[in-house]
Amino acid sequence: MSGAIESPATFVKQPVRASKWGEVIETMRRDWMLYAMLAPALIWFLIFMYKPMYGLQIAFKHFSAFKGIEGSEWIGFAHFMTLFHSDQFLRAISNTLVISFYSLILAAPVPILLALMINEVHSKGFRKTVQTVLYLPHFISVVIVAGIVIAFLSPTTGLVNTALRALGLEQVYFLTRPEWFRGIYISSGIWKEAGFDSIIYLAAIMGINPALYESAQVDGATRWQMIWRITVPCILPTIAVLLVIRLGHILEVGYEYIVLLYQPSTYETADVISTYIYRLGLQGARYDLAAAAGIFNAVVALILVLTANKISRRITRTGVF
Amino acid sequence: MISTPIYSPGDRWFGRINTALLVVFALCALYPIVYVTSLSVSSGDAATSGRVWLWPVEWTLSAHAHVLQDKLFWTSYANTLFYTVVGTLTSLALIIPAAYALSKPRLMGRRWIGFFVAFTMWFNAGMIPFYLNLGDLDLLDSRWGIVIAFAVNAFNIILMRNFFESVSPSFEEAARMDGANDFQILWQVYIPLAKPAIATVAMLCAIARWNGYFWAMVMLRDENKIPLQVFLKKMIVDINLTEEAAGAMATQAYSLETITGAIIVLSMIPVVIVYPMIQKYFTKGVMMGGVKE
Repeated sequence: MSGAIESPATFVKQPVRASKWGEVIETMRRDWMLYAMLAPALIWFLIFMYKPMYGLQIAFKHFSAFKGIEGSEWIGFAHFMTLFHSDQFLRAISNTLVISFYSLILAAPVPILLALMINEVHSKGFRKTVQTVLYLPHFISVVIVAGIVIAFLSPTTGLVNTALRALGLEQVYFLTRPEWFRGIYISSGIWKEAGFDSIIYLAAIMGINPALYESAQVDGATRWQMIWRITVPCILPTIAVLLVIRLGHILEVGYEYIVLLYQPSTYETADVISTYIYRLGLQGARYDLAAAAGIFNAVVALILVLTANKISRRITRTGVF
Repeated sequence: MISTPIYSPGDRWFGRINTALLVVFALCALYPIVYVTSLSVSSGDAATSGRVWLWPVEWTLSAHAHVLQDKLFWTSYANTLFYTVVGTLTSLALIIPAAYALSKPRLMGRRWIGFFVAFTMWFNAGMIPFYLNLGDLDLLDSRWGIVIAFAVNAFNIILMRNFFESVSPSFEEAARMDGANDFQILWQVYIPLAKPAIATVAMLCAIARWNGYFWAMVMLRDENKIPLQVFLKKMIVDINLTEEAAGAMATQAYSLETITGAIIVLSMIPVVIVYPMIQKYFTKGVMMGGVKE
């Protein structure tokens, strides 16, 4: 559990103390094969991860594809000023936070509940079957999930509207209605990921000392009491750590999925920071402005993740693990 | 887990209710898949009139036949196979040696190299500079662009490195006594030992390749290069959200609904068949990484 998000410090325990250059060269010559093994991956990181960071400068420039990244002229924070005066960007920030917050409250508890329930099953066969079925949706692509959602909610032929008509209610074109978007996004998200996310809690439950249950049984505890007095308290540190990590990633919303389901009529509730960047930059070719929005997003996300990391490390140190 | 103890009547009822609820949840997880499958083998008429809700109505394979006649379906299927197989192999070729080197405490600069890798998990330049960079490298609209640009990620390297670190150093010492060098040790000692971990990382890469659509959609202009998921998006999402197309497509035998269902089913089949066999590797992946993220 402690490796939730890797800290670079865990890569090595003892700092390299090269007092003499000769010694350094000697060691590197001895281990040249290790460096040769590392080289391809490191070059990959350089080209595909670090070079774009250099390209981030366009957020402070008036980017022209003709002049290129370096040739474009500097304009300081003008793009950031534009963004913070843009209703659409502010709306995207607030939508991101609202969607994350709702999924934190509504979706995060479901895997915990599933893990507790699966743990109470004693028949091995049934347990394995239930797990297999519940994990399955995780492996289905977001495009297919979006396709299924569209099929279900189709205004004329979808199952939901057929049922509404049968009940004498009016049919609703759910995917064009902003008030329905978050509900659709979060509930289909639960369908897709809740089962698979329960694995980590099940693993934590497996780590509980069986002696605790045995002695509770001797004392005549019911299963319900054992869940609340033993299982839940024992996995509380895991729950806390995962909650903190989720908070750290609150700016990351499943934009690949949102892009499939949203449309102009639902932007009001559905447009999040990353979908806004996508539309602005990749669809609208406003690269500089979109990169500025990207920097803002990345910096805030970095601060949140580092804070979350620090807190979760404190929890794991004082917790059971 | 406790060996099945003797339960009081209350506890037995608890167990029954728990089991019943889990059955309900499992059915909820399966239902959308069953529904779409039934839709795909029902007649267009039954689907448009909303008579399909669980089992197929007026059984027909015409929607499947229609999809299978589409050349682009086969092209995109073949493309996905290529991206999945070549992409996964490329990932392994880059990840495994790097992870091995990083797992060695004697590697000088290990702390800095580790930071260089892990930093990209916390901060990355984002969509736009990444895209412009691909343009600079002339990798947009290129099959190899798709393969190489997404070949490595820090998380998989760390996963693999953690496994290599858990291997007892005595294996390496023994091989070194026999005069083996690092390449030989990795190839002949560590890779055979790490088969389960390699399988896990390979599965993570493969499923990400099979299911990924976003960057393929953004990068590829040429229809002949698109993977299945982009084809699916064109056929399901784009068409369904424009209603005129829906009307134009419907016939007696199949309708937009049944075609959608058929495309979903045909693209899901490999995953659903392979999944029970590879499930354990993903469970392991979650355990190895602490948290999947």
